[in-house]
Amino acid sequence: MRAKHRHALPGFGLTLGVCLAYLGLIVLLPLAALAWKSASLGAAEFWAIVTAPRALAAYRVTFGCAALAGLVNLVFGPLLAWVLVRYRFPGRAFVDALIDLPFALPTAVAGITLTALYASNGPLGRVLEAHGWKIAYTPGGITVALVFVSLPFLVRSVQPVLEHLEPDVEEAAATLGAGRLTTLWRVVLPTLWPAILSGFALAFARALGEYGSVIFIAGNMPMVSEIAPLLITAKLDQYDYAGATAIALVLLAGSFATLLALNLLQLFTVRRRSAGAA
Amino acid sequence: MSARPASNALRDPWWLRLPLLLLALAFVALFLVLPLVAVFGYAFEKGVDFYLASLADEDARAAIRLTLLVAAIAVPANTLFGIAAAWLITRFSFPGRGLLLSLIDLPFAVSPVIAGLIYVLLFGAQGLFAPWLAAHDVKIIFAVPGIVLATIFVTFPFVARELIPLMQAQGSEQEQAAITLGAGGFAMFWRVVLPKIGWGLAYGVILCNARAIGEFGAVSVVSGHIRGLTNTMPLHVEILYNEYQRTAAFAVASLLALLALATLALKQLVGWRMRRATQAENPP
Amino acid sequence: MRHWSASLLAAALAAGAFGHARADASLLNVSYDPTRELYRDVNAAFAADWKQRTGETVTIKQSHGGSGKQSRSVIDGLEADVVTLALAWDIDALATHGNLVPADWQKRLPDNSAPYTSTIVFLVRKGNPKGIKDWDDLVRPGVGVITPNPKTSGGARWNYLAAWGYAAKKSGGDAAAKDFVARLFRNVPVLDTGARGATTTFVERGQGDVLLAWENEALLALAEGGGKDRFEIVVPSVSILAEPPVAVVDKVVDKHGTRKVAEAYLQFLYTSAGQEIAAKNGYRPRDASVAAKFAAKFPNVPTFTVDEAFGGWQKAQAAHFADGGTFDQIYTPGR
Repeated sequence: MRAKHRHALPGFGLTLGVCLAYLGLIVLLPLAALAWKSASLGAAEFWAIVTAPRALAAYRVTFGCAALAGLVNLVFGPLLAWVLVRYRFPGRAFVDALIDLPFALPTAVAGITLTALYASNGPLGRVLEAHGWKIAYTPGGITVALVFVSLPFLVRSVQPVLEHLEPDVEEAAATLGAGRLTTLWRVVLPTLWPAILSGFALAFARALGEYGSVIFIAGNMPMVSEIAPLLITAKLDQYDYAGATAIALVLLAGSFATLLALNLLQLFTVRRRSAGAA
Repeated sequence: MSARPASNALRDPWWLRLPLLLLALAFVALFLVLPLVAVFGYAFEKGVDFYLASLADEDARAAIRLTLLVAAIAVPANTLFGIAAAWLITRFSFPGRGLLLSLIDLPFAVSPVIAGLIYVLLFGAQGLFAPWLAAHDVKIIFAVPGIVLATIFVTFPFVARELIPLMQAQGSEQEQAAITLGAGGFAMFWRVVLPKIGWGLAYGVILCNARAIGEFGAVSVVSGHIRGLTNTMPLHVEILYNEYQRTAAFAVASLLALLALATLALKQLVGWRMRRATQAENPP
Repeated sequence: MRHWSASLLAAALAAGAFGHARADASLLNVSYDPTRELYRDVNAAFAADWKQRTGETVTIKQSHGGSGKQSRSVIDGLEADVVTLALAWDIDALATHGNLVPADWQKRLPDNSAPYTSTIVFLVRKGNPKGIKDWDDLVRPGVGVITPNPKTSGGARWNYLAAWGYAAKKSGGDAAAKDFVARLFRNVPVLDTGARGATTTFVERGQGDVLLAWENEALLALAEGGGKDRFEIVVPSVSILAEPPVAVVDKVVDKHGTRKVAEAYLQFLYTSAGQEIAAKNGYRPRDASVAAKFAAKFPNVPTFTVDEAFGGWQKAQAAHFADGGTFDQIYTPGR
């Protein structure tokens, strides 16, 4: 690789300089400030803040609702991808485009709209509450918002894999007399798992940090429906900068671990595939 | 994808197809179509005149102007960075390349609230750089530069993430040829690289722009919420919503929803052109 | 492309650095949530008055949000010429955390620097279906109470202290008061971050049976689109005297050279014109003659002050709202 490029292409110094300067100024320096600020706390104090009951409850809500939303999308994301790739129906292009709506629609707009729909006097909330299902102002509402926000990640990571799926395996399974359901379950689904998992990890990481769409519908009750990002702003508003940064670091660690797991997973599957090919 | 095999083995039987299709469409209707319709429904609940009046309001117009200004700075800045980063990562190999790649992804993993917080820690009156900023009378937080910085942070990876896999897949033979034929660096970039990555670049810019216009959490922390000065459109939606002006809030929100729809349409168009371009390049 | 974006960036920096700092008569009033309507009227009246008196044009920019959050923004560098916040503690913070105002700021203007007062009342649904008459009814099982979070909202702290003060007075002990407030918060289904958010939750979203609110906020809810047919106000037997204070931010006005107009702006609130605007917007005026004129609007309610019942804001804050204070104790561990 190196030998091939060494003599040829210009721009190494320029692009390296631009990247490092920009990355340093915009990302690294500010994040260093975060570490600097929480370093003003002693280890014991830091531990006391990040393991306070209210903080633990906030992680539980944040991680729990993000995982639940991820699970809902784990079912519906691949289903939507399957329907979009394999079926032909009127309006397919429209639905395909619409999948990215949560990505393009500002989160605050999503937040007030979902709240208006699911509140007990909203069109959906009224029906659900008649059946004893309270969504808005409960962790259920947070989950609904997170399902909305993280849906595109699952669909978009499974879709390309399905598009490039070789037909011969399915055909072989059919020739061998497997029923369609068996083929889907035993043959198609296993090839999708890496894509599904990486979509899930992305969706989960995104949902952990989500703020705009959640605060309107959450109810924001400490211990019950308060998410970690809100706890950060609440601490800030009490001039507790160090406390805010401590919670922020925990949240960051959570998303990093998720993305790291994703990268490892991808490395692993690439290696397994190339091993299988060899 | 266009060449569908006629094989029956790939077709789900109707008893499977119908429920799956209905289930998928019901999910889309509930989670995507309904909220979209609701935005416009609430926006027009007091009629067209009220809708137009809400958008013509002085503060609303200032918010629209500010949002466009912020996007006009953040998107080109991240585009330049994205191109530079993609060139660096796909055309050279050097120690720390993997680390650089992960660092570019970093803002994806950072909650928007934290993105705002870090700039307050740096540039706030109690922050690291406070003495210098005060001495030179430069305002960053609670002014336009802070909003721009927070937006750049949040939209940082989009262009780079779109270009890196594309340029990786394309390889560098054409660039090598251009250089061998004596083209200068910038000539090669304009004539060879840009045409090759054009649609991918457009795709990344569209995504970056959508996020820049809609960012709420990070901007909310650094804005100061001064009407007519540091209120972006999403923040203005929140303010109106909190002022018993639900219809006006949804009117501004509907403008953002329209922008989102335009984004989706553009994205679909560019995606389609991209697929055609790659199919033309490597025919099956 | 690069030149273009560079010049745009420069323009933005310039706009940020010099945009609203140097214009002669321009004020930034950083205020709390429910005063949006009040200061819209005050700003228009003061601008006209100032023009008439001095010939100068003054424009006043507004920023609204939760009181604590606004105070924190000013400490972090939001250049407010004047602050008009929900409680004295949030202006005290400007003195302790940034030396932005002198420690004795509250003595600089009459009436504890609070030109208008308010109190905490109950907003209930039309016909008062749950029969809510006084504080005791709020802790009954099955009554949904809407109040914002005292950690983030100034109004919510008044709510909290009003309930506490009532219970302490009635049963004569802090332990009983704590139990009472704990039972009250067990009836709270939504805890918004700000007073306005709580009102929206109660009025627009239909949550809860009773909203604990600033009197001005409750009056506004009645005045807005058909509110009179949907809600009514219940005045409890005793409540707290809420004194939302105002102050010139010395460090900022000295930098901007706006001290004169900023001081005149706050003094305008004490004039009969300013007091009338306050009364019209649901705030109780200090001026006796204006108060007499609006007597029908503000029913008589016996009140206690924070100084009387809690020994001042510093003590109240430390005992109830600081980390580990009574509010945290009520909420943790596990409800």
